[in-house]
Order: sequence, then structure tokens, then C-alpha cells
Amino acid sequence: MSIISVNNVVTTFEDNIVHDGLNLNINEGEIYGLLGPSGCGKTTLLREMVMLQQYSSGSIEILGHELNGISEENAQKLRQKWGVLFQSGALFSSLTLAENIALGLVEYSNLSTKMIQEIVSFKINIVGLKQSDANLYPSQISGGMKKKAALARALALDPKLLFLDEPTSGLDPISARDFDGLILKLRDLLGLSVVMVSHDLKSIYDTLDKIAVIDNKKIVYEGNIENIKYEQSEFIRTFFKANI
Amino acid sequence: MHNNLEIVSGSSELTLRFVGEFTLYNLRDHELKIKSANFNPYNKIQIDLSKLTYFDTSAAIYLNKLTKSFERESIQYEIICDSNEINDTIELVKKYSSATVDKKINHDFLETVGKKAYDLFVGIISFFQFLGKLFSTKLYLIKNLKDIRYKEIAFEINESAIKALPIISLTSFLIGLVVAYQGAYQLKTYGANIFIVDMLGISIMRELAPIITAIVIAGRSGSSYTAQIGAMKITQELDAMRTMGFDPYLFLVLPRIIALMIMMPILIFVSDIMAIIGGMIVANIDLDITVNMFIDRFLIAIDIKHFYVGIVKGPFFAFLIATIGIYRGMAVKDDTQSIGKNTTKSVVEAIFAVIMCDAVFSIVFTNLGV
Repeated sequence: MSIISVNNVVTTFEDNIVHDGLNLNINEGEIYGLLGPSGCGKTTLLREMVMLQQYSSGSIEILGHELNGISEENAQKLRQKWGVLFQSGALFSSLTLAENIALGLVEYSNLSTKMIQEIVSFKINIVGLKQSDANLYPSQISGGMKKKAALARALALDPKLLFLDEPTSGLDPISARDFDGLILKLRDLLGLSVVMVSHDLKSIYDTLDKIAVIDNKKIVYEGNIENIKYEQSEFIRTFFKANI
Repeated sequence: MHNNLEIVSGSSELTLRFVGEFTLYNLRDHELKIKSANFNPYNKIQIDLSKLTYFDTSAAIYLNKLTKSFERESIQYEIICDSNEINDTIELVKKYSSATVDKKINHDFLETVGKKAYDLFVGIISFFQFLGKLFSTKLYLIKNLKDIRYKEIAFEINESAIKALPIISLTSFLIGLVVAYQGAYQLKTYGANIFIVDMLGISIMRELAPIITAIVIAGRSGSSYTAQIGAMKITQELDAMRTMGFDPYLFLVLPRIIALMIMMPILIFVSDIMAIIGGMIVANIDLDITVNMFIDRFLIAIDIKHFYVGIVKGPFFAFLIATIGIYRGMAVKDDTQSIGKNTTKSVVEAIFAVIMCDAVFSIVFTNLGV
């Protein structure tokens, strides 16, 4: 079942065309990667999917909702069904890690404080942080820890859909592999669907079920990773050279 | 399917049957329902998860907590579940749940006072450190005049002084108007109309114009220094400059200070003119003093020293405003909140410092007989 479908999306910034008719389909339970050279508009597409940015024409449909002209009520419902991990974490700097993770639970559920605390401490464990980190502020922790905490925040409401913007960049190799393992495990257990932008080859090979390569404003390849070696795009050849 | 919790009591056992979705959104209702149930008469509790369609980790955490409490009270229980996913989720939760949750540490009164005092002490030390670095950079510049960033200075002159002219003119004009208007009413009762000129000339040129200008500049340019440099610190621009060998003191700090020190006397001069024009208009309308009479009296009554006293304060005020603004910008920590906090502090401290400095000037000038 397709949960995200992107049809003929065109994005322009003033005179600059970023996307010229993108088409892709993401199915439930898939870990889907958006690849491409820098500046090709991967992150822009991701931002359009999570309604941070408008596209000029075409349509993006997520969980049955068309994003252009979506009502505020439906948009709010949709936002509770997904979690977003930003490249630099984007934790709220005035709140501790525990408060950052608890925020969605406090706002959107009627759980007791004690229950929320337990959920938070579980999420802290699952992403590989220590309980003693819970009361630190984002300015007191390292970049890798910020990323883990941001993932815990994205997972707080047990979303069905997870958007990750370069999840393993800035992590040490061990944490990065743990991160990949965690994503796979969560997908299996919770039936999570994941859309991620990534440059990490190891993570691309280990986790992704399906990839789309954006180059020159178009999708030059969509499909599984094994068949990519038959593609002739400049970017694909150089990017995957070492591993084909 | 309807999401529900059925509590079915058998002869010796109680069955908790979860139906449909069991997520954090209906967890609270289920929790309350279970809490109100009485487990004592039964020797076995059955937890039936076989009718669940969706089961999230929050629900699993709750279930884990529930079974643990059964174990503590030595109540027998049994989980009926044929779905691997649900079992895996429960296993995951068991693996990653921690028994202890770290509590926030509360500090007692003495500790808080001590910490505050120490922070204050460190703050003062770091301000002196900043001044020291500033001084050494200045010495360096005197020796290496060609390293002065003239372009940056010119840019800052335009940005923080020329662009401030309209607001300073307007504020000063209004202050002149107000002072003259209040004074006119008192002077009229004594028939001492012409002395409005003495009053305006001395009060505006000696005190009001420098102070008003300094306050406007502190609010306008001082705060922008803090926010700018603070944001640069957060985005690591300052670090980037340092690693590329550009000393931020040379590129960012001194041009701003020098620009403001050059321009402050000029701004005060403009403020003098505008305030006196304001006063002149009120004198003309309210006290029938023509412009010619006003100027004649002005030339006789107001000594040039009053003008100099006001102007001399300019560079000192400028130095205080610019250094405090920049120091506060550099004191910004790695989070967005501290930009706001430091900007507030920068404006408050700059205005306070300016008024302090003005008081010192007052005492010095009076004792010198100026």
C-alpha cells in the first residue's frame, strides 16, 4: 500500500527551477532513501513532504491527504502521525532532553506525568542515551547525542512515518551503525515507514529497501539498490563507483 | 473496529481483553479502568492481546509496568498473544525499560546563592579579560596602522550612526519641545520669559542631548551588536574566522567601537540642534520670543563650554555602549535563548553604565568649575 505518492511535483525558487516533475511512490513499511548530489533538492522535497514548504505544481499525497490545500485540522492530524528528525537535531534549547521528548506526549495525550516519565526513559534507552543525560540541556551535549535525542523526540508519539534528514551524518561509525540497526528494528516492530535523505553509503546499503536518485531536477532512478549498477547517470556512477 | 478494554470475570480468573488499537491516546482510559478493578478474589489474571490490531510502545511500557506490579503482589498472570510483532514489542520494552528514572536535583538556598555569587564573580573577571584583549588589540593597531579596517569602520558608521539620525532627531526635537513647554509655564508666572533660553541651552547641551542620544543608540545599535555577534557565535562564524586567522577583535569588535566613538559627538551635535529648535518653537508660540531674540540671548547667555561638555561625553558613552554590546554578544552561549537574555542585559547595562558615567562627569566638571 502506498503511503506517500509524489506526482509531477515542480518546485521553483524565483527563477530557479529545483524540481521539474518528480514522481515517486513510497509503500508502507519501506525504508526509502532520497539520494543525489548536493543542491539537487533532496532536503527541499523532504521539507515539502512535511509541509514546511510549498511546491509550485503537482501533488504530494501522504496517508491519503493531498498536501496542497489541506485543511488545518487534517494537517494537524497528519503531523501527529509522523516524526521528523532534522539534520542538526533542532532540539528546543530552553528545554532539557527529557522535556523535549515529553513535549508531544504532554500536549497531545492525556497520560499521567508518571507514565510520560516512563515512556520518556524508555525512548532515551532505545536510542542509546543514558538516563543521566535526561536532565541536560541541548547546549550541554555533543552533536551525536543531540541527534539521538532528536530521534527519541521524533519517536515519542510512536509515529507511523519517520522522516530523517541525514540521520547518520555527524555520528561516529559505531553510533551510525547502531542507528541503522535501530531504524531496521523499529520498522520491523512498529511497522514504521521511513523516508530518509542520506549520503552515508554504508547506511544506504544496510538499511534502504528502495531508493530514488534526484539529479538535474528529475528522478533519474527509482527502485532497489541492486539494480542501480545498470544506470548510466553521472552522479550514480561516481557515487557508487567504489561499490559496484 | 472499536477500541476497547473488556474486563471479564470468570469463576477463579479475571480476563483483561484489549480490543482494537491500544495506543498512547487511549492508554489513560484503560489505565483508569484497570486501576478500579479489584484483583483480590481471583487467583489468576489473563491478559488477552489476541484481539489487538495495533499496539504501540507506550502501551507496551504500561503493560510491562502492570505485569511487574502483579509479580510484586504475587498475583499469577498469563499473557495470551499469538502475534509475533506484539511479543517483540513487549520484549523490546522489557529490554530497554529502566527501573530508575533520574530525578532533577533540587538545589538548596545556600547552594543557589553561592552559585549565583560565583557566576557574578566569573562574569566580572571575563569582562576584564575582554577589556584586556581589547586594549592589547588597540595597542597592536597603534603600532600597525595599516591593519585598521577602514572599510568596516565606514560600514558601521553608516549602519549604526547615520541610519540612527532620523530617530535621534525626532526624539531630541520632542524632548526640546517638552522641556520648553514645562519651563515656559513656570517662567511665565515670574515674567522671566527670556530665561527660557538659558534654561534650554544649558540643560540640553550639557545633559539632555548626550543622554538621549546615548539611550537611543544603546537601544538601537548596542542591542544589534549583541544579537549580531551572538548569532555569529552560535553559527560558529566566529570560530571560522579564528581558524582562518582573522582576529574577530580586529574585524568585528574594534571597527564597531571606533565607528561609534567617531560618530557619537556628531550625533550629539545633531541632537543639540534639534532639541533647541524644538524649544525655540515653543518659546515663539508660548512666550512670544522671536527667533532673533532667542538667538541674541543664546549668544550672550550660553557659554561655549556647555557645548563642549556635552560633546566630550560622546566618545565615552559610545565606548561603553559598544563594548558592553559586543561583550554581551561574545558571552552568548550555544543556545538561542541566551541571545535574548544577553540582548536584554546589554541594553540595560549600557544605559546604566552611561548614566553612571554621566554622574561621574557631573562631579568632575563641577569640581573643576567647568
